[in-house]
Amino acid sequence: MNPFRYERASDAESAVALLGQEPGGVFLAGGTNLVDHLRLGVSQPDLLVDISHLPYDRIEPLPDGGIRIGALVRNSDLAADRIIRSRYPLLAQALLAGASGQLRNLATTGGNLLQRTRCVYFQDVTRPCNKRVPGSGCPAREGYHRELAILGASEACIATHPSDMAVALVALDAVVRVLGPQGERAIPLTDFYRLPGEEPQRDTVLEHGELLTAVDLPELSFATRSHYRKVRDRASYAFALVSVAAALDVADSVVRDVRLALGGVAPRPWRAVRAEAVLRGAPATGEMFGRAAEAELADAQPLPGNAFKVPLARSVLVRTLLDLIAEEEVQP
Amino acid sequence: MTMPSTRRASGAPLNRLDGVQKVTGAAKYAYEYPVDHVTYVFPVQSTIAKGRVVSIDASAARALPGVIAVLSHENAPQLAPVNDAKLAVFQSEAIAYRGQFVAAVVAETLEMARQGALLVVVGYEEQPHDVELRADRPDLYTPQIVNPFYQSDTASGDVETALAQAPVSLDSVYTTPAEHPNPLEPHTTVAVWNEDSVTLYDANQGPHPIRDTVATAFKLPPERVRVISKYVGGAFGSKVDTHPHVILAVMAAQVARRPVKLALTRQQMYALAGYRSPTIQRLQLGAQRAGQLTAIAHDVVEQTATIHEFADPTAVPTRVMYAAPNRRTTHRLARLDVPATAWMRAPGECPGMFALESAMDELAIACGLDPIELRIRNEPAVDPESGRPFSSRNLVACLREGAQRFGWQPRDPTPRLRREGRWLIGSGVAASSYPALQFPAAALVKVDQAGNYQVRIDAIDIGTGAWTALTQIAADALEVPPERVQLGIGDTSLPQALWATASTGTASWGWAIFNAASALRARLQEEFGGSVPAEGLEATGTFQANPEAQQYAMHAFGAQFAEVRVNMDTGEVRVPRLLGVFAAGHIINPKTARSQFLGGMTWGLSMALHEESVLDPRFGDYVNHDFAESDVMI
Repeated sequence: MNPFRYERASDAESAVALLGQEPGGVFLAGGTNLVDHLRLGVSQPDLLVDISHLPYDRIEPLPDGGIRIGALVRNSDLAADRIIRSRYPLLAQALLAGASGQLRNLATTGGNLLQRTRCVYFQDVTRPCNKRVPGSGCPAREGYHRELAILGASEACIATHPSDMAVALVALDAVVRVLGPQGERAIPLTDFYRLPGEEPQRDTVLEHGELLTAVDLPELSFATRSHYRKVRDRASYAFALVSVAAALDVADSVVRDVRLALGGVAPRPWRAVRAEAVLRGAPATGEMFGRAAEAELADAQPLPGNAFKVPLARSVLVRTLLDLIAEEEVQP
Repeated sequence: MTMPSTRRASGAPLNRLDGVQKVTGAAKYAYEYPVDHVTYVFPVQSTIAKGRVVSIDASAARALPGVIAVLSHENAPQLAPVNDAKLAVFQSEAIAYRGQFVAAVVAETLEMARQGALLVVVGYEEQPHDVELRADRPDLYTPQIVNPFYQSDTASGDVETALAQAPVSLDSVYTTPAEHPNPLEPHTTVAVWNEDSVTLYDANQGPHPIRDTVATAFKLPPERVRVISKYVGGAFGSKVDTHPHVILAVMAAQVARRPVKLALTRQQMYALAGYRSPTIQRLQLGAQRAGQLTAIAHDVVEQTATIHEFADPTAVPTRVMYAAPNRRTTHRLARLDVPATAWMRAPGECPGMFALESAMDELAIACGLDPIELRIRNEPAVDPESGRPFSSRNLVACLREGAQRFGWQPRDPTPRLRREGRWLIGSGVAASSYPALQFPAAALVKVDQAGNYQVRIDAIDIGTGAWTALTQIAADALEVPPERVQLGIGDTSLPQALWATASTGTASWGWAIFNAASALRARLQEEFGGSVPAEGLEATGTFQANPEAQQYAMHAFGAQFAEVRVNMDTGEVRVPRLLGVFAAGHIINPKTARSQFLGGMTWGLSMALHEESVLDPRFGDYVNHDFAESDVMI
């Protein structure tokens, strides 16, 4: 563990200013991922700017019918929130499918979005990793990659993003609100994460010193019928092999609208735009769901150790949508 | 040897005597002992699997504030050889596995030591390593013995002819992956030198053997080494042997001239605390159409490290399970440049029984028999290989009792017949077996005039309930309530005993305590007419071996039943029901014994569904080395 300075920011503006002066600094919120990385040497910051006490811990309605989630709302509190549970059940389910109770009590909304990959090579400083040490190589491609990506990866990196919450949020068209040295900006979550390309060390489009302050959820009336389905090697306390976040709006057996995202398969929470396009206006049948899944997975580039994810993702996506239809039928 | 029939404490489901201390945090684990002027040591591990260290640049580490010493083969004290080469810490520049200690930093704080370790630059001359276990390797060899003292190979009759002539036969290969023991408490040692003696607070499964190894390595008389291990947070075999970190802690404290604390990280444990070898097992069974076995052959290939030979007795349970006139068991090892294998939860028996019982299930299908009926038809009258009678067996009784309690129905073995929603439902049964072994032990019992007894033995409680069970045994042997007995264990200043391992503890320590208590009661009657003298009275007792172990085959047996559900869409596996029925001898404490059985079953479930340590052959070590990436049952 390298020595670092610790500063407790008095407000958001000074937090941003403190970090702006220190290129090797990072924000500290719940610390559930960062503290592990400090111990392992994966992260060696010069400065920790503690933002955990800043007043971004509220869940508030927005005038346009949406919801604003403070970046420091704890995962446990978000999952337990009545509005989230009733209007965005997929988000509550995604949160409760992640980590453990103890971790959720500490982990924040913003920190959850900024988790880093659990690729075993990334987390071990004795091995090469392009994400951790650019240009050092990627042992995962020809090594252990059971949990790694089939979509969106590059020659340089096949890491997956580990968050469950982010998969639900990307399905819901969430918008990340950011405060930076140049002021505020809003970034749609679908644009927030980068694909690795030649620069796998950069997970997101955030610039140094930018602070997440909130996540806005637009109103989505049919999200009341939504589901997050996570498949993993162990029934709890494990990252997704494949997960599906889905919200479905069906009338007269035709898909009026749909939101779909996949987790555990790509370097970012994967909004399934191709599958959505196939389904809008199409009959709400298992066959169509299968075609939609196949459209989404057509570009999959599986490796020997994760090829199972292609049929698994198809199967989970189809079953999740079928289950939502079944719910629709019993809840007129 | 007969225990008194008027039992009061034994057989009672006493709560753990150490339970409150443990859940309130008052029970001190090794690393938690406060010591004055303490320092911390953090190791630097080899990043190559084979070769030698050619340079160590510790200048940056030494320049750090708070760093007291940097140890390596360049400056380490010379150790005396012990019978395990991996304990020759810093005695040469040779590298035999990835993760081996190549240097270590002693500093005022753990964080400083860890930072210093990151700054040590080690130069290597790397040689090609060989880490891949295959059954067709030409260099497989037969070990002298398999653990702890079994013949590597056994054979009787004519297996090949019997297999060729069998109306029903089966030839299958079963593989199991490497698995790490992963106790919750990591391996820790606190070393405190006082002139020419050293005290260790250490997490282990047997303080006396650790003491002897440390004494040999550091050229000390054993009485100058004291090992204290009052509470241990799980072990699963990984704390039986002395591992390199114990030597490192003692050495670091010697060089720093200060007490030293060392705790392996979870990641370090994957290379430095032992693990179960992967296995490749070929099972050949020949049977009559009605299921009676005519031949059993169980041929095992497993790995051992180049630095230290360790041979799991994987096929040994096959020697006692089922009757068959023609039989063979073999063990072959591949010597690889891997971290050293060692004891882990039913070492050998666990993967071996998986293969044998899987083969028996397949044979049941081939014979059109219920798997319980097949096992009953092959129940041996005596130990099939030694010809000795079993001291007790009761496997058939376990199977029948379990079948009734579980609701076992003779069923069509065709897959995918039973469903509920999107879940396919299956049920399975398997037999369990474990040898009933004992080790020598000694105990001391004291009484004062108030009628309070002190029982002293270097036994150890690794979470099994020994504190409680031994107190119950002592209370009964002394014919007093357990409250009158104060037990002392986990300290080499107490009378010598061996490990908490191989399910031998209670059966070994208990007899030493019983014999000491009997000796005390005899002395009290014969020399003092039954009244305790003013200065109190004490007596010792020992246990050497059970003479009946030469006459009988002694094993525990059991039957396990599982209901397993597999999701049709996702392949997810769920196990809503497990039932175990065991014939495990005289139960001292039903509550802690039940916990032990539940623990064994849970780890069996974990092994079946989850545990797999993944070796990356390019690096030569295990890459999924934490609880997030290496699933264990939780």
